[in-house]
Amino acid sequence: MNLHAIKAIYRFEMTRFFRTLLQSFISPVVSTSLYFVVFGAAIGSRIDQVEGVSYGAFIVPGLIMLSVMQQATSNGSFGIYFPKFIGTIYEHLSAPINFLEITLGYVGAAATKAMFIGLVILATANFFVDIEIQNWPAMLAFMVLTCVSFALLGFIIGIWASNFEQLQLIPLLVITPLVFLGGSFYSISMLPENWQTVALFNPVVYLISGFRWSFFGMADVPIGISLLAIATFTGLCLAVIWWIFRTGWRLRQ
Amino acid sequence: MSPIVSVKDLVKRFDTGFTALDGVNLDIEEGEIIALLGPNGAGKTTLISTVCGIAVPTSGTITVGGYDSQTEFRQTRSMIGLVPQEINLEPFEKVINTVRFSRGLFGMPKNDAYIEKLLHQLSLHEKKDAKIKELSGGMKRRVLIAKALSHEPKVLFLDEPSAGVDVELRKDMWHVVADLKKNGTTIILTTHYIEEAEAIADRIAVISRGEIKLVEEKTALMTRLGRKELRVELDNPIEQLPPELSDRGLELAPDGRAVIYSYDTHADRTGITALLNDIQKAGLQMSDLQTRQSSLEEIFVGLVTEDQKR
Repeated sequence: MNLHAIKAIYRFEMTRFFRTLLQSFISPVVSTSLYFVVFGAAIGSRIDQVEGVSYGAFIVPGLIMLSVMQQATSNGSFGIYFPKFIGTIYEHLSAPINFLEITLGYVGAAATKAMFIGLVILATANFFVDIEIQNWPAMLAFMVLTCVSFALLGFIIGIWASNFEQLQLIPLLVITPLVFLGGSFYSISMLPENWQTVALFNPVVYLISGFRWSFFGMADVPIGISLLAIATFTGLCLAVIWWIFRTGWRLRQ
Repeated sequence: MSPIVSVKDLVKRFDTGFTALDGVNLDIEEGEIIALLGPNGAGKTTLISTVCGIAVPTSGTITVGGYDSQTEFRQTRSMIGLVPQEINLEPFEKVINTVRFSRGLFGMPKNDAYIEKLLHQLSLHEKKDAKIKELSGGMKRRVLIAKALSHEPKVLFLDEPSAGVDVELRKDMWHVVADLKKNGTTIILTTHYIEEAEAIADRIAVISRGEIKLVEEKTALMTRLGRKELRVELDNPIEQLPPELSDRGLELAPDGRAVIYSYDTHADRTGITALLNDIQKAGLQMSDLQTRQSSLEEIFVGLVTEDQKR
């Protein structure tokens, strides 16, 4: 294992993040505050409680998941797309590293950034509502797993994309709708019965449900299934990345 | 001594069906500077990319230091440094950080003393904390060399090191290469500036249409294929050669003020004495004599044109 290479990539990516720390920090704080103003205060004042939890608190896990998934995907995709775009990828391809090492470096950094932003949102939310987290270890574990799996997905998108438009395409057209329809701002049980069945095909439902369970002890789907869903998703992404590096798809000539 | 880089029957065919390398065989000895000469699209960059791991060979084998580039890629790639043709650098990064990054990427532990020394050698030390985007083109090229040398490779590939670089900087680059050779680094450079190969290479390999046409010591090549020319300046211009000189294969200069005689330096007799006698007998007054040897460029153009005619 080329640990020095993993460390070098990770550190290089984190330096980029710290160079723009202010933007990285301010943008989630502002958007979270806006969500609280719109959903928490304006709409939330008309909804009392969802399954025994105040609506303001109920949306916190979904809100964190929304940002974490978007951030992990965009950081994961940008990290590997940028060297491709400016041509420095030649160095990665000619270095004595394998797919796992390059993935660990980039995905590790992307996941760390997303995790940081997730925690910033959690802290910001605390200013608006009282949040009691029932199961801290489970909450952190779910957040880490989500960060990693979506950074992996982003990494695949970054390798696939051949221009900036494509880089934005999947996050905009697939991830954002799935997250909004995945119960970020409502419980699946609030949907008509037919739509509840449809919602179960949305992988994000399982992630948000599991995450919410770690906060309030209640979930749309059993926690075991949530874990299984996230494990399957992570495994699938890893398999795709392994295949990409084995065949050199979109990377090696 | 076994070669440090050995390429055997290397074929690289792209998905488009284009064959960029068509059975390349090349052995590179440790410590030498070898220049790969070839016209655009001859396969120079593809050959380098395939040895370095950026392109996957269709068939054939490459060994570096005795290790196979496919099955033992960690060993082979650790031994190689690559300076690409294009200036590909992260614009917002500091010089020293980007060099440190390369060292780590190639699996070497942090060693700032070595990196500082390297930056000194390449006259980059003063700019070590500058951002890449603030550097001139020549400086950026030096950063690429520093990155390629950051992991202390035994073999350095320079792909067109002086493309788009001014004359002064090109000479500078040659000094850098000469210093590296002194330290025992094996250097493979591609170029289409023949004077560059002439100035710094020990051996020349000519590549055309994906095949190595010849590999030879530079001096041996220049004497073997090079011809010499004797130019006899005349006092008074003539319109045509006198009949006594017509069967000597002479050429008359366009202005009629000189006759030019080409000869092989290795022939038993060059025929110069007899020629000068005959010129005198023909009643021509000589004012000056000059000789010149054909350059590597003329040899190269001759080889490639011959290949393209076939």
